Amino acid sequence: MNRPVTDGDSRLQADRLGLAYGRTTIVRELSLALPDGRVTAIVGPNGCGKSTLLAGLARLHPPSGGGVVLDSRDIRDLPTREVARRIALLPQHTVAPEGLTVAELIRFGRHPHQGLMRQWSAEDERVLAESLAVADIEALADRPLDALSGGQRQRAWIAMAIAQQTPLLLLDEPTSALDLGHQLEVFELIRALAASGKTVVMVVHDLVSACRFADHMVAMLDGDVVAEGPPAEVVTPALVRRLYGIECTLIEDPVTGSPMLANPRRPATARS
Amino acid sequence: MTAAGSNGAPRVGEAGTRMRMTGLTAACAAVLALACLASLLLGAGSVDAGPALAGLLGHGSEEARFVVFELRAPRTVIALVVGAALGVAGALLQAVTRNPLAEPGLLGVSAGSAFAVAVALTLGASAATLRSTVAQLGALGGCLCAIGAGRLRGVGDDPVRLVLAGAALSSLLAALTSMLLLVDQRTADEIRFWVVGSVAGRRLSDLSGILPSLAAAALITLAIARPLAALALGDRVAAGLGHRPGTVRLLAVIAVALLVGAATAVAGPIAFVGLVVPFAARALAGPDIRRTLWLSVPLGALVVVAADVVSRLVVQPSELPIGVLTALLGAPVLIAVVRARRLPTL
Repeated sequence: MNRPVTDGDSRLQADRLGLAYGRTTIVRELSLALPDGRVTAIVGPNGCGKSTLLAGLARLHPPSGGGVVLDSRDIRDLPTREVARRIALLPQHTVAPEGLTVAELIRFGRHPHQGLMRQWSAEDERVLAESLAVADIEALADRPLDALSGGQRQRAWIAMAIAQQTPLLLLDEPTSALDLGHQLEVFELIRALAASGKTVVMVVHDLVSACRFADHMVAMLDGDVVAEGPPAEVVTPALVRRLYGIECTLIEDPVTGSPMLANPRRPATARS
Repeated sequence: MTAAGSNGAPRVGEAGTRMRMTGLTAACAAVLALACLASLLLGAGSVDAGPALAGLLGHGSEEARFVVFELRAPRTVIALVVGAALGVAGALLQAVTRNPLAEPGLLGVSAGSAFAVAVALTLGASAATLRSTVAQLGALGGCLCAIGAGRLRGVGDDPVRLVLAGAALSSLLAALTSMLLLVDQRTADEIRFWVVGSVAGRRLSDLSGILPSLAAAALITLAIARPLAALALGDRVAAGLGHRPGTVRLLAVIAVALLVGAATAVAGPIAFVGLVVPFAARALAGPDIRRTLWLSVPLGALVVVAADVVSRLVVQPSELPIGVLTALLGAPVLIAVVRARRLPTL
């Protein structure tokens, strides 16, 4: 399922990027190139700056140093709407007004392509239908979001991002708070999007899912990248110890061959 | 509004929504027309419906024609304008603060406006020249206080607390306004009736002063309707869709100040219209702010015209201040919203 990352192009890069909340520095001098057409998973412990990095990459968080390069230009030099035509971002926590239907939500995805003078068009209608089909939620189009299951709702939000028709898609913990079946629903959709040529960058909490569904992995600790590459090469017992402070044995998934954690335990010194 | 107008093959749900909006708009317009007719025909004075109808059609006594065209027609038009302005202002303020209880009257915006006018009059301005700009500046100040309170931890997170903060601000400003009235007899005479809110005794020429700002507010509202709808999905999502949440909020607050200031300048502070109207519009048209704003125009006009008609009839031959009636209408809605198990998220 995963494709190895060859030295390819990268439309989205961080260049000595610094990100801060007030005086608290979250990310310091971080450089990163996200491979085009692949699924990149950003992993790391809570509070390591994954979500902040994602927001910074999408220009939703102003840099305190360095910058983000999108298509060889500083992202701050691009008009807001232009950025929204190239990068779609789905935050971890989403809110929607009560009673909003799936189709109504997806229509918002067309905003970057519309203007005061250019309203809803036949093309928008076509993209709406296509987004519903890709996310496999056509039957739910007129249902209110609050009446859906967690997996369906998350696919509806991803469908909104699909309707934005951006080459880049950033997802912040798209499967948090979903049970295993719903997680698979969402990860399979993400793989399908990458297969259709999109670049996907996702923050993922679960290391095993990240190994299984990503082509490229970025491991973060304290606002810095500590390892980067194909999951099978990046994930080692030493990295797991460094990121999460736990000991484990790594085994290969007998079916997919991706790394899995066996016997995770807190090191003897940490136990009391 | 963008809710309508798809060129592609419309899906069932969408076509249904559009038809529903058209139907709702037509129904509101029809009821509003009836209310306007009632406003022209009914009154606290000596001209009853029959003679008034004759006057309206160009017959009847001189007195009837005078009452209909010189007294009731202007106040009807002013009630229409004031109601629409307050309805839209309420819908905007609720969207910006994400609070279904945010209402210009409850949050102190109208009180700020009234206080500013009282201060200006005390300082020697004459009512005719200064009122609308001063009222709008006062409304802007009230808006900023309300938004500032909304940013406070613990106040902004809780819609009810924000309203409490607004009530405190309103009372304070009302007390200060009363103080000015006590101190300065001339000011008191000029604005005593105005302070309680009324559309009686206004002339059509009063409208000319506020039309430019109403037009500006309308343009701003049209321009920010779509981004404002996106803000309902959260600031991050809206920004990701290419909108600028901060700019949109600022423009919305300016529009609210222009609308409330204009309405207050003409009719005095009228509370609860901005609460009841968006509440009803949301119940009828669903969560999209664009549809809420659209329906708030006829519904706002309807509420104020109807309240004005009733205010003339209940204590004949006197008249109730219109603010008393909107409060009677608004208080139950306020209680209903607060008592709902969970406040609707906007």
